[in-house]
Amino acid sequence: MSAVLRFDPIRLPPECDALRKDVRAFLAEEVAAGTFDPHRPHREGKDTRGFSRRVGARGWLGMTWPKKYGGHERSFLERYVVTEEMRVANAPTRHFFVADRQSGPVLLKYAPEHIKMNILPRICRGELCFAIGMSEPNSGSDLFAAKTKATKTDGGWLINGSKIWTSSAHVADYMIAIFRTSPSTKENRRHGLTQFLVDMKTPGIVVNPIRQMTGQTEFNEVVFTDAFVPDDHVLGEIDGAWKQATSELAYERSGPERFLETYYVLTELVRAVGPNPDTRAAEGIGRLVAQLHTMRRMSVSVAGMLQAGKEPVVEASIVKDIGTVWEQQLPHRVRDLAAFVDVDPSNHATLADQLAFATKVAPKLTIQGGTTEVLRGIIARGLGLR
Amino acid sequence: MADNDNIVVATAERIFADLADPQTITHSTDASWRTPLLHALSDAGLPLSWVPESCNGSGASLADGFGVLSAAGRAGLSVPLAETMLAGWLLAQADIASPSDAMTIAPTLPKDRIALNDDGTLSGGARGVPFASEARHIAVLASGAKGLAIALVSTADCRITAGLNIASDSSDTITLDKVRPIVVKDAPPGIDITTLLLMGGVARSLQIAGALETMLEITVAYANERVAFEKKIAKFQAVQHNLAKLAGEAAAALAAASSAADAIANATRFDDAIFLEAVSAKIRCAEAAEKGAAIAHQVHGAIGFTSEHILHRYTLRALAWRDDFGNESHWAVELGKRVATRGADELWPLVAAR
Repeated sequence: MSAVLRFDPIRLPPECDALRKDVRAFLAEEVAAGTFDPHRPHREGKDTRGFSRRVGARGWLGMTWPKKYGGHERSFLERYVVTEEMRVANAPTRHFFVADRQSGPVLLKYAPEHIKMNILPRICRGELCFAIGMSEPNSGSDLFAAKTKATKTDGGWLINGSKIWTSSAHVADYMIAIFRTSPSTKENRRHGLTQFLVDMKTPGIVVNPIRQMTGQTEFNEVVFTDAFVPDDHVLGEIDGAWKQATSELAYERSGPERFLETYYVLTELVRAVGPNPDTRAAEGIGRLVAQLHTMRRMSVSVAGMLQAGKEPVVEASIVKDIGTVWEQQLPHRVRDLAAFVDVDPSNHATLADQLAFATKVAPKLTIQGGTTEVLRGIIARGLGLR
Repeated sequence: MADNDNIVVATAERIFADLADPQTITHSTDASWRTPLLHALSDAGLPLSWVPESCNGSGASLADGFGVLSAAGRAGLSVPLAETMLAGWLLAQADIASPSDAMTIAPTLPKDRIALNDDGTLSGGARGVPFASEARHIAVLASGAKGLAIALVSTADCRITAGLNIASDSSDTITLDKVRPIVVKDAPPGIDITTLLLMGGVARSLQIAGALETMLEITVAYANERVAFEKKIAKFQAVQHNLAKLAGEAAAALAAASSAADAIANATRFDDAIFLEAVSAKIRCAEAAEKGAAIAHQVHGAIGFTSEHILHRYTLRALAWRDDFGNESHWAVELGKRVATRGADELWPLVAAR
């Protein structure tokens, strides 16, 4: 039992230091060029596609993938450094983030060779944006209730139904989605779903943007009407998508993006309180920094264990559970601590501005990519409770 | 954490399993279990793990010693092992040989000071000194006119007012009134009250994390045994989610404490990055002790609140250890001040330093 939890004290290797400097210098250049404003996380950058290509040109996409697919065969820990520096800087990563983190690894594992040769190098060059088609109007956390159908036809499949809450679908080039190819069985309710690669330019696909409570329009409804997907776009086993989801989850769940989403309000609080905080502010900041440091150590540890070929699924779920709850509470704690701060109004405007945005973003953080409730169920299973 | 591939840690675990069985200790009506345990630890050289062979110790690495402390935490150990290790470590910094019996260390609270007088005697006091009433000697960090000094003092020469922490382990007040130390030497550069408190704080963090690992283990086991409403309580989602949160707290404590221990074991000096590691561990482990102990008790229900159940050996000790070597509020204020002094744009570089 005590072997269930393992958090080896992993250190980033020395090559990460130089890489970190390069990333910081690159981001400073992009800020200077006006690509994005690190203090205004709610503003979409001006040139996210161009930014994506420049990140690709630096060799920071597909970092861990084989060179023959345009990758760079570097370690997960190096990728970790790039990811955390981009996140802390509020860089506009939306164009490439899903492709680099999630879609590429799925293609590497399950796509036929000619598809890999076609698509992966373009992800590495920062040219492609991916979306993930999981949730449907009547199936969110209960992934295996998905109803959108793929019906066999000559040379491929016809898709009918709809996906919802699909981030970036309005700008994406491709979607990796699960569709129902058979009914579920009595013995296995997870049976009958298949993973597909979908070209978003396929006739029969309509994307309807959905406005969010933050004022942004990041997610969408995607409606499929007899949209044709060719046979070679099936990813993995027909009816067996449920077997393919688990091992990638550790990568998806434990990254720095799982606790740094609202980090900017902490930086801004430190700026607002200035060099001589009162005891209350000092204690509050100290606790938040200790919690942040601890989560980062946990997250780096999981990255290191993944690099070493282990599968820390429970540990990764714990990182996302604790990390997302923390980043969700952060704007509220910062608001508490800023309550008595009397500062230069120009400073305070930035903090107030950021707090307003972070507070509105906060509710989604414990929902997207696996709710707190789903994660705790996975942890409980890992503990031997179900 | 599976440390048993390490021979020093495996030795400690074997001794704890043989001679510090929590059921036996909980049901014991006297302290007779302590003597064979202390002898076995001493015979194995564990209390003087961090003392080089030239100073009568066993010369284990810092990392091995930290591993022993994690194991001690998992065992809910209530004898002065961590304290003797820390005392031996402090004495060794000044090349002072360690006596072979149990020791403790002072000061253990940030505001306590012991002065080295011009005549070579020591005056002052320290509160919350663990096991002072059981130890024969105290390793003292004292401030003199010319700087800091490390001294070995006999407890017989001090006034000791016995006290207990919330786990009923000794936590005493010591008063020194012109006490002549057995040995006193200048502290080397780099050793100061903060270093001592950070080292002790990391020891306590590892012990708390270990105790939380055991709380998780026995609480999960209990949930899988106890039947209510005609099913095992482990099958209730509310209980599962509480246990998942306990696992998260244990994980955070384990990660923070192991990281800090590893950082100190590989450090050449106590810089800002080490400070961040050590105080974060103490702060986060203390927070985890509060949340984790509450869940462990909640899941156990009334049985876990009885004196005869072993749960309180871990929960109360984890809560008590929060207070030693600077509590989480103290360190949070100190960390917050350092962060504020460095400035907003230097926060991330500090966090990402390692």
